[in-house]
Amino acid sequence: MIGDETKPENFRNERGGDHSHIKGWGVDRDPKNDPTYPMKHRTDEEIEGYTWERPEQQPVDIEVLKSVERPNIPAVFGTSVPPSGLSGAIRRLAFKYSESSYGRWLPLVMADRVGEIEGIIEDLKHGHVPNIFAEKGMRSEWKYNRKTFVIKTAVTVAAAVGAYLLLTRNKKD
Amino acid sequence: MLAMNFRGPFRVRADRDRPFPEIEHPEDAIVKVIRTCICGSDLHLYHGLVPDTRVGTTFGHEFIGEIVEVGSSVEKVKVGDRVMVPFNIACGKCVFCKQEMYGMCHESNPQSTAAGGIFGYSHTTGGYHGGQAEYVRVPYANVGPTVIPDWMDPDDAVLLTDVVPTGYQAAEMAGIQEGDTVVVFGAGPIGIMAAKCAWLFGAGRVIVIDKLDYRLEFVKDFAQCEVYNFQHLEDPVVFIKKITDSLGADVCIDAVGAEAAGDTMNTMLGRKMLMQGGSTTALHWAINSVKKGGIVSIVGVYGPIDALVPIGNVVNKGITIRAGQCSVKRLLPKMIEHVKNGNISPKDMITHRIPLEEVAEGYNIFSKKLDGCIKTVLIPPSA
Repeated sequence: MIGDETKPENFRNERGGDHSHIKGWGVDRDPKNDPTYPMKHRTDEEIEGYTWERPEQQPVDIEVLKSVERPNIPAVFGTSVPPSGLSGAIRRLAFKYSESSYGRWLPLVMADRVGEIEGIIEDLKHGHVPNIFAEKGMRSEWKYNRKTFVIKTAVTVAAAVGAYLLLTRNKKD
Repeated sequence: MLAMNFRGPFRVRADRDRPFPEIEHPEDAIVKVIRTCICGSDLHLYHGLVPDTRVGTTFGHEFIGEIVEVGSSVEKVKVGDRVMVPFNIACGKCVFCKQEMYGMCHESNPQSTAAGGIFGYSHTTGGYHGGQAEYVRVPYANVGPTVIPDWMDPDDAVLLTDVVPTGYQAAEMAGIQEGDTVVVFGAGPIGIMAAKCAWLFGAGRVIVIDKLDYRLEFVKDFAQCEVYNFQHLEDPVVFIKKITDSLGADVCIDAVGAEAAGDTMNTMLGRKMLMQGGSTTALHWAINSVKKGGIVSIVGVYGPIDALVPIGNVVNKGITIRAGQCSVKRLLPKMIEHVKNGNISPKDMITHRIPLEEVAEGYNIFSKKLDGCIKTVLIPPSA
């Protein structure tokens, strides 16, 4: 649900201690029954919970969107592209949902598409006209896939000319 | 500096005005990149399938380089060392790292608890810039970076940062026993390596399924295995049953992941409409082709949302599913030995060496499978 904010103190696992009062507790335990080996060299430290000696915290001097499923920002994190603009607003909303919710992931996909448009605007603001032909690697398409490339280009141009003629004719009518 | 710059699905470029990385944590190092690859899973980003892939990110999680700067707490490596950098960003201190699951570190990714941090692989894996650049920030430099042995070819070394150990772990997770029949779905670099590594565990028969003849021809030679093009099969599952005494394979490996072809509904839902975490066709075939009580090993990458799988058959057949992002650091010593002993020659998979400046061409060639492409290495001008 929206607003599922979590605080570090919300995350607890009270396992209890001595289970000997439960008749038969552990009589069939078998350490070899462990399909996680060898990917997991089991130390059973999980039962101690989130108690390990954490690495030093990287300074949090940018906006970091954090999963509501964890109590804190991890000791290190990437600083590549902080959220900004409309796409950033959508991302902030998405991060109110848990990782098990479509409310988390589908808005992020939408934000990515919005971000693409923002990227073009940003390029233009910096006086850079994106060379979409080059960005799509069309030189290799011409070199290695020429027949398909020519057909696709011809169909695209024909469709564009057809649409233009159709629209022009409608205006004249 | 020069670095790849993602501008949107199917649009990337190499920009020369990207900022140099900086030390942001005492355990950081700055690495000058010598070799970097385009991974098959980078194509999921390139095709716009991974949520929270932000415009302006530099991709690249397979790279090697020379350390040019270290933070105040870095002791295990020093300036001047030439290192392989595992694609996992791992602290070495959390409970998951201590159990050698370095792909699931809990101290490297704020955005998701399911995945650990990965270089250049969207904010869903931590928001780090990647190695398709002249320089890259490497966190937890006491843990991941491993000095490249003097005798090792850089082209071999760069493939040890992901593709070789991932293919190996696919075979390892499959629990292959002597004489087992192993079916690998996918003849991309990971599938090729998984097929090769299946023999190291004593497989009796290795079969690779794909739709690209040139890749099947390559893996047939590289991994000495049987190959079949599923486009020539009416039903790949029935075919596999036919060639395995009607019982199915002992183990199946999904080395395809989210962009599997072969089923219209999965393609539409998973690849075109993005309504599920990728197309699950290869996994579907793996589950239905394995024998009762068999093992399905998954290293193909899928998105974080739900995806269609025949879970009823998993239950009824008593299948064990094993999956995971590769724990590169755990496997690196063994992989180095396999290369040294000549059991694996990773660099033989490299078909294209492209200047970093031409990264857009590199992605298009790899994405469209042009010019017989199997594995692409990008080389920065300063390397």
